[in-house]
Amino acid sequence: MNRLLCLLTLSTALPAQSLAVRAETLYTAAGPAITDGIVLIQDGRITAVGRAAQVKVPTGVVVKRAKVAIPGLVDGRSTVGLSGLLNQPHDQDQLESSAPIQPELRAIDAYNGRDPLVAYLRSLGVTTVHTGHGPDALISGQTFVIKTDATEVTHGVLKAQAMVAATLGDGARAKEAGKAPGTRGKQIAMLRAELVGAQEYARKLKEAEQGKEPGRDLRKETLAQVLRKELPLLATAHRAQDILSLLRLAKEFDLDLVLDGGSEAYLVLAELKAAKVWVILHPTMARSYGEQENLSLETAAKLQAAGIPFTFQSGYEGYVPKTRVVLWEGAMAAANGLGFDATLQALTLAPAQLLGIANRVGSLEKGKDGDLALFDGDPFEFTTHCVGTIINGRLVSEGEETRGSAR
Amino acid sequence: MKRLLSALVPALAPALIPTWMLALALLPLSAQDQPQAFVGARIIPVEGPEIENGVLVVQGGKILAVGGAGTSLPAGAVRHDAKGKVIMPGLVDSHSHIGSPEGADSSAPIQPEVRVSDSLNLRSATVMKARAGGITSVNVMPGSGHLLSGQTMYLKLREGHTLDALAVGRLLNGSYLGGMKMANGTNSRRATGPFPGTRAKSAALVREQFVKAQEYQRKFKEAGNDPKKRPARDLAMEALVEVLEGKRVVHHHTHRHDDILTVLRLSKEFGFKVVLHHVSDAWMVADEIAQSGVGASIIVIDSPGGKLETKDLRMTNGAALEKVGVLVGFHTDDPITDSRWFLREAALAVRAGMSRQGALAAMTLNGAKLLDLQDRIGSLKPGKDADFILLSADPLSVYAHVEETWVEGARVFSRADPKQRLYAVGGLGASHDTDDLTHLMALEAEETYQ
Repeated sequence: MNRLLCLLTLSTALPAQSLAVRAETLYTAAGPAITDGIVLIQDGRITAVGRAAQVKVPTGVVVKRAKVAIPGLVDGRSTVGLSGLLNQPHDQDQLESSAPIQPELRAIDAYNGRDPLVAYLRSLGVTTVHTGHGPDALISGQTFVIKTDATEVTHGVLKAQAMVAATLGDGARAKEAGKAPGTRGKQIAMLRAELVGAQEYARKLKEAEQGKEPGRDLRKETLAQVLRKELPLLATAHRAQDILSLLRLAKEFDLDLVLDGGSEAYLVLAELKAAKVWVILHPTMARSYGEQENLSLETAAKLQAAGIPFTFQSGYEGYVPKTRVVLWEGAMAAANGLGFDATLQALTLAPAQLLGIANRVGSLEKGKDGDLALFDGDPFEFTTHCVGTIINGRLVSEGEETRGSAR
Repeated sequence: MKRLLSALVPALAPALIPTWMLALALLPLSAQDQPQAFVGARIIPVEGPEIENGVLVVQGGKILAVGGAGTSLPAGAVRHDAKGKVIMPGLVDSHSHIGSPEGADSSAPIQPEVRVSDSLNLRSATVMKARAGGITSVNVMPGSGHLLSGQTMYLKLREGHTLDALAVGRLLNGSYLGGMKMANGTNSRRATGPFPGTRAKSAALVREQFVKAQEYQRKFKEAGNDPKKRPARDLAMEALVEVLEGKRVVHHHTHRHDDILTVLRLSKEFGFKVVLHHVSDAWMVADEIAQSGVGASIIVIDSPGGKLETKDLRMTNGAALEKVGVLVGFHTDDPITDSRWFLREAALAVRAGMSRQGALAAMTLNGAKLLDLQDRIGSLKPGKDADFILLSADPLSVYAHVEETWVEGARVFSRADPKQRLYAVGGLGASHDTDDLTHLMALEAEETYQ
């Protein structure tokens, strides 16, 4: 626990600024849209939000105007910074394939904030990203949360440890014949054994007399955090049967489970709802083949209707496009039954709540970080542009990089 | 059955179609004789200005009339109320891999005799999804892992599951109308086997084969009408001669600026017709492409990267090429991008600076031009094939859905039909081949060859 606190204090914010944003339409994600609204940011934090007539902008504070302003987008699950643009061995750190279970791998030790894809997402309005180890290992490692203006992890980290990433199904199968796990049954058996081992470790640690504690085991330490619900298990699964396996496992060990992917989530809505599980839904436009063959553009709308909390993700891509963009994945869901307001929530406040950072980001409210994305029209329209991204009151990009690579 | 029979019989070639190409008789002779009128939509003819409250009349698989509210309807026309809808030409995808195409194998880097038509599974759900995306004509290609991976096939997405039902036409030797797929850069390089290890070797191998084809062509010409003097038939050389004679357009995968220019040099050296595909670095060499007069089929991807050759990919390619007057079309490269959001590429290209008019033409008429089919498809013009789509909103809007897709006067997709809607939005079974056995066999094969 002390170590966790140390990690948290490592990171400081970049120099904050004062700025006012005046938008013809201001979506705060904390209430109805405001026509001709102002967000006043002072020293990086929001100090006032309201109609232009009601918010007094102090002299000397620059007023940035925009047609539409929304809270900075929060990418619910990404691998940017670990899975680099070039897709060559030297810039791929999202998956360590030497062993199927490695929860001790920390995202903060692998994140390259200077990868062009980070700047690319930032230019499209993404201000916070939950990124880290990818799918495709039974337990691949940890994730963390960082602002997209941070080029180094000494700045902008909102959570040094966010979740522990796991995968069930074909992705987690051993790539070599004769190696474990080769089957679904074996995958669950291995996870169960690992969690039991961590339980034992935690019990021994608790019961041991001073000086007689078992030797530190970083792997078990991390899983003990999962068992204490300090870290959710972020589990990738697409088939309904795998989703249900995860729900059983989560119940057996009383885990805080977050479902990642969930291509067939619409088949098990009642079970998900009863388990009070969050879903970080696959990119809406993910390719529908293999275990994702049954994915639907309408799953987000169905989750919303069922009252299951969810958010969007840019996800992991092994080829082109090397990253997806939550703005566009959300937009496609908006046009397929989810609608504007629910989509905006699922891209901003919802992921902030899921990640436990809603006190800092996710909506435009007094006291929160001054993170905004500005557009010249409906943010979800294909032909609209993100004309500015603001983090802690600083204009960190002006004009999206759809026009060029980020270098 | 009628359609199948007529497909095998050489039809009288209309003046528009070169004599070396056989036109297929395209239409079942049934219900289509009755004219159908679509009334009240905003019509985007692509050739000519957009028409508010327009009328589109089709009959016998062809467009009869396109006009404003005053357009007179022929007697007995079936009237379709299209108020609030948008009608535009069916989309032309100049580069796709729907129908599980396979081309050349790993035995050689250049295999012109291989025909993609011999591999297609037209019951694949990907074909239905393409219809759901508003695509009516498509160039189905083998992959880019070879310098030359085989003959492509142009399809019209009519109803049906056979090659003859969907073919655009045939060449005189019986092969289906299509182009020739080539590639350079890294995809067609391999460390081992008969494949090239460098870019220069790639070009050298291609040059060697085209020189051989020129020889073959010369010997054939010299033999005149004397069959004894002709060289023994060589199917690979025959196909390359088709390329040299302009009967097959080369569809050339190429990304990097220098590779693009290599394609242009080779095309000039041997005089073959070529279309540049992907063209990631197009914005760097737009002027050179313009000077060559060669057209480009480009793709819009959500982010740059994923492979070294696309590290500099820009959404501005459409705008950059349009500005210097290059003929630009788009492609899905399905499954690289899904056929169902093909229109989104045009919209994103507009986001990055392309004109609306240019982007809509690129989805339709320009695609047709890249396939040499502009006399039949690509715009709403009397006499052309009745290939069109009905949209719920502006084609460049995220909120627009393709509601109906029509090919040659027959509806091949309707979002109102729950079974067909499944292919548009996805869901349980949406990606299974309509032939489940194929799917099972694929799974079995995967296990065997793992």
